[in-house]
Amino acid sequence: MTSTSLDVAAIRKDFPILHRTIRDGKPLVYLDSGATSQRPVQVMDAERHYLETSNAAVHRSSHQLAEEANDAYEGARAKIAALVGVGIDEVVFTKNATESINLVAYAMSNASVAGPESERFKLGPGDVIVTTELEHHANLVPWQELCRRTGATLKWFGVTDDGRLDLSDIDELITENTKLVAFTHQSNVTGAITPVREIVEKAQSVGALTVLDACQSVPHMPVDFMRLGVDFAAFSGHKMLGPSGVGVLYGRHSLLAAMPPFITGGSMIEIVKMEGSTYAPPPARFEAGVPMTSQVIGLGAAVDYLNALGMENISAHEHALTEAAIAALREIPGVSIVGPVDAVDRGASVAFTIEGIHPHDIGQVLDDQGVEVRVGHHCAWPLHRRLNIPASVRATFYLYNDLDDVTALAKAVVEAKKFFGV
Amino acid sequence: MRLDQMYQEIILDHYRNPHHRGLREPFEAEVHHVNPTCGDEVTLRVHLEGAGPEAKVLDVSYDAQGCSISQAATSVLTDLVLNKTVGEAFEKHQAFLELMQGRGQVEPDEDVLEDGIAFAGVAKYPARVKCALLGWMAFKDAVARVES
Repeated sequence: MTSTSLDVAAIRKDFPILHRTIRDGKPLVYLDSGATSQRPVQVMDAERHYLETSNAAVHRSSHQLAEEANDAYEGARAKIAALVGVGIDEVVFTKNATESINLVAYAMSNASVAGPESERFKLGPGDVIVTTELEHHANLVPWQELCRRTGATLKWFGVTDDGRLDLSDIDELITENTKLVAFTHQSNVTGAITPVREIVEKAQSVGALTVLDACQSVPHMPVDFMRLGVDFAAFSGHKMLGPSGVGVLYGRHSLLAAMPPFITGGSMIEIVKMEGSTYAPPPARFEAGVPMTSQVIGLGAAVDYLNALGMENISAHEHALTEAAIAALREIPGVSIVGPVDAVDRGASVAFTIEGIHPHDIGQVLDDQGVEVRVGHHCAWPLHRRLNIPASVRATFYLYNDLDDVTALAKAVVEAKKFFGV
Repeated sequence: MRLDQMYQEIILDHYRNPHHRGLREPFEAEVHHVNPTCGDEVTLRVHLEGAGPEAKVLDVSYDAQGCSISQAATSVLTDLVLNKTVGEAFEKHQAFLELMQGRGQVEPDEDVLEDGIAFAGVAKYPARVKCALLGWMAFKDAVARVES
């Protein structure tokens, strides 16, 4: 069954893993793309092709292989930059989104003990970093640590009962003491999409930097960082059909050009003397060491794949699945959706609980039916604490899912209730 | 069906009616253990008499939240170690650990593990092994704290 704007049957042919079976022959229903997405053959082929034809250490040697490797690596950077509406030199490759966020946190940490040239990024007692209770740990713990190292104070936006950001106290939270505001574009649990512009405008009005966790938005909808106006943004390759081991940090060029490095060493330098060194302009300044080349090229192929389908179409498709999933789950007595029940400003992460069954146990029965979801707190423990639940079950949909997967999920949930007698 | 092997009736019984649940006094040590990947938590107290391996386990009391496997395993634990010596309790812990780490290949000894043998099916699901061990790890830690 197809749902909307995508030919899912055709798409699924590109994903060999979707044709395997689970636990004694059940067809795989993969609903954990929010954790990691599956990869199409085009991505795997691109990595393999690069390794079979042009593999070399980029930005070092001058032989022909190195030339080809450079072109492939930088070509991928250009595709990724275009996807999110930013300049090529504003894209820094990292290991993953977690490292991207840590890069900013540690650069600010380094700035805080550096000279006046790093004034823009200095933090100290009296300064405030604002984050939110909705965050993935990756956009919370680095800021807690940065506050601990610098003496700055961490404050946060709360969450409404239906899992959206509560911005009602924005004027009290973001003040002239605020140096940085870090927040998610879309909750990896509740699916709530943040009104980014509202926060950015407020942050800009007090001169605070903004960091956007775009892990759950870039893979699923059209995103233009320039238009959103954020200063930094992080996302992961493996959540958008690409390989693991590659993440992206977007940084506004003027900021990257002024920011001290995080990881230092080879290929990020300008001049090295025994007495000290100067650093290359961005993005090289933030890419020390031989980078994850084939993964970057694989990510470039993933971007091609997404563009061929169209981010608008992917977003519309997922929207239809989200609506269907929420409706199907809400029909089952005892099921509570963790997050907004209307599909407005909401992505395809559908988390829920079932009265009387622990999420781990639900997940086990679902897995027995071939339905692969995530259970636990999904690296958003404070959010679960705020909502007074120890854990939840999370189904996340992507471009290769269809309405049959929604039906399979609902059927497996009914099965879980039957199994545990609730 | 493998699911039935995992969720043995004994496990579900312990889950629905956990033994020795609640936090009681007296106690010499209290620990709080979590499973950071899923958020399961247990607060566990031990009351020992004596010292060393011959010390007697007079009480194990606990408050916990978590899945059926972690809850039932902690309930079974209390049955196994109450009124035993610490040495005997650790032997049972070792036997349970071997069962859980055995990937379903270890044949459990009912004389040693009693209701604990019901967890043999859980051992086939590596992701759930740490659920079954949460309470045991807390118990071992609590005893170690008393002794130190």
